[in-house]
Amino acid sequence: MEFQIIWFILWGLLWAVYFMLDGFDFGAGILLGVLGKNENERRTIIHTIGPVWNGNEVWLITAGGATFAAFPTTYALMFSYLYTALLLVLFSLIFRGVAMEFRGMGSTEKWKKNWDRTLIVSSFLPALLFGVAFGNIFKGLPMDANGYHGNLFTLLNPYGLLTGLLFVLLFLVHGSLWISLKTEGDLGARASALAGKVWFVLLVVAVSFLVYTAFVTNLYANYLNNFVWFLFPGLAVFSLLGIKLFVSKGKGLAAFYASCLTILMVTFTGVIGLFPNLIPSSMDPNYSLTIYNSSSSVYTLRIMTVVALVFVPVVIAYQIWSYRVFRRKLTVDETSQEKGSY
Amino acid sequence: MDALMLSRIQFAVTAMFHFIFVPLTLGLSILVAYMESRYVSSGDEKYLKMTKFWGKLFLINFALGIVTGITMEFQFGMNWAEYSRYVGDIFGAPLAIEATVAFFLESTFIGLWIFGWNKISKKAHAVSIWLVALASNLSALWILLANGWMQHPVGYVLRNNRAEMVDFSAMLTNTYGWLKFFHTLFSGYVVAAFFVMGISAYHLLKKTNPEFFKKSFKIAATFGLISSLLVFFVGDFHAVEVAKTQPAKFAAMESVWETQKALPYNLLVVPDVQNEKNSVEAIGIPGMLSYLAFHDSNAEITGLKAFSPENRPPVVPTFLSFRGMAAMGMLFMLLSLIAFILSLTNRLEYSTTFLRIMFYAIPLPYIAAQLGWIVAEVGRQPWIVYGVLKTSDAVSKAVTPLQVWGSLIGFTLLYGTLALVDIYLLTKFAKKGPEEDLSSIIGPSKGQEV
Repeated sequence: MEFQIIWFILWGLLWAVYFMLDGFDFGAGILLGVLGKNENERRTIIHTIGPVWNGNEVWLITAGGATFAAFPTTYALMFSYLYTALLLVLFSLIFRGVAMEFRGMGSTEKWKKNWDRTLIVSSFLPALLFGVAFGNIFKGLPMDANGYHGNLFTLLNPYGLLTGLLFVLLFLVHGSLWISLKTEGDLGARASALAGKVWFVLLVVAVSFLVYTAFVTNLYANYLNNFVWFLFPGLAVFSLLGIKLFVSKGKGLAAFYASCLTILMVTFTGVIGLFPNLIPSSMDPNYSLTIYNSSSSVYTLRIMTVVALVFVPVVIAYQIWSYRVFRRKLTVDETSQEKGSY
Repeated sequence: MDALMLSRIQFAVTAMFHFIFVPLTLGLSILVAYMESRYVSSGDEKYLKMTKFWGKLFLINFALGIVTGITMEFQFGMNWAEYSRYVGDIFGAPLAIEATVAFFLESTFIGLWIFGWNKISKKAHAVSIWLVALASNLSALWILLANGWMQHPVGYVLRNNRAEMVDFSAMLTNTYGWLKFFHTLFSGYVVAAFFVMGISAYHLLKKTNPEFFKKSFKIAATFGLISSLLVFFVGDFHAVEVAKTQPAKFAAMESVWETQKALPYNLLVVPDVQNEKNSVEAIGIPGMLSYLAFHDSNAEITGLKAFSPENRPPVVPTFLSFRGMAAMGMLFMLLSLIAFILSLTNRLEYSTTFLRIMFYAIPLPYIAAQLGWIVAEVGRQPWIVYGVLKTSDAVSKAVTPLQVWGSLIGFTLLYGTLALVDIYLLTKFAKKGPEEDLSSIIGPSKGQEV
């Protein structure tokens, strides 16, 4: 297999895993105010993601780093073209990190409340903006020989916003399933019920997204060339339905895994449709950034492949171990007594 | 101002702000890990208290180091797209490796360390913070090998309208990168040592918890003495490497205008950039500058005049920063030595003047580290990759001055706020002193499944 194709797959995989993992952090963060009725409940919600959110976010840093190393031209143009949108994502990530770490360090009501608000907004914004960014990438960016012809507001087109909404809803369901999985008692039950309700909205938006995609993007072209690929969107739909089934049967873990699979498959669905483009041009296909015209040299790709093959399995192993260490459900009473963490 | 100038200012602001937190992380992670190891091996709760107290300050600082670091990765693409495109084939690799090898390790195990008391064994808990320390230091290695390549590019060819890597091992074994790594690393250890000594000095002056802070001070003094000697020693070799590979930077660091042999080291120099000379040169040590440059007192040093004016770095900031850093480096050795001796002979508590000096010395290693980066980065101008790509050709074409104004103002406000929160929290917890109640950590375990 060509190294460019290997790195295209890895690129898609990194984003998919990132959305699967940080997705529930975002969801839990957005729902902090909705599900957390009092300080102890809010602290418990934060404690469900506390031990793992940092490691989850590194998948984003690695996705960015991999784009830089494997497809430097795409990295350069994507980041400079989407300047303002990425700046907002960046500021949100900074605020979110600080809010997580610092909220427990003050003692006053006001201190906690302010960081809670910060956390909610800084979880919502990147969830939305990642969706908007990917929606626009699916659609193609207005670029030609003279560079880029868009700005923040051209990104906020109906399709971009719909994709943003899709991401937010995916993460809301994902986050509430996570909370219900990790907490006992009333909080967990409410989270599960909420997931069931939001799911209906997600279903409507997901169907609209799939239909709208046929009209404004070229994503389906690859699927029509080879029907095998329909396996991925098929699985996405299948696992999306699975979420509801498992939630209504009270199988929290299965519902959460179904949600993981949904996010992975939705990302793959988009990425497969893009191939061999990383960012298509909506003006002239000759100016699309493909895995061939924007990649690093084969020499560099080969080195990076070795690095990825050696280290990524190790990373996955210790991250799984860390999830196992913190697998026990939290109770609100216990968290309220714990000191020293968030 | 154009997008280039604004992007340069923004990079300087965000990189320097990021580098307030990085050096302390590098050194303090090791000190905290050492304290926890002592606790695990001896069972002495004094060390556990130390781990918790210094660990808390570590975490406040660590959080800011992480979030301000994300900015750096984004910024290469956002503001320096031409740079990223031109050298991404080489520069992208160490960044991606840094994330894969170091950031995952660091972030996963910091979570285990914060939330893992009582959940993993004492030993595994101590190993977690050692892994965080190792990962922080490893991440410094990769980013400094990347920076080392910008300073002294190796193992590449120019083809396909960009620089392409042809020899990865050349980058891995780039002497410039390794010297930079060790120099930066040890400077971080000095920052951490002075941080711990300074806060301990504060409490020793207040006579709160003297035993606790005497012990902390002693550990830091030992660490500080070794590190300040090492940073100076490596710095000396680093200067030779600069003289060899970046003659224009070296000439600017020492404000040498004419190419000459057997140059003396003048303690007092006042550069006169307009007239391409020094208006004052006094108190010279014969042959010393040549010795510093090439470890040979007869060696010839290339002067600034050998380079056309547009290829010279800004002389005054490079020169002053270097002098300032080097002078402080010597001061740190002296202070660490005194600190070490007073600690060892148990006279610390009575040396109130010295304790006061050590308290006020907390910011000095931070300043020295920042000055070092000014020498490295301003001294490399007008190049972004020495001899390969000019900074002026590296900026993003798609980015407008208005956008950069927006982001620069945004960063300034955001980082200003973060600085206030940081200082507030550090002061609050540093003043508060160690937690006496350790029951939440070593109390009866709460019947969890294993």
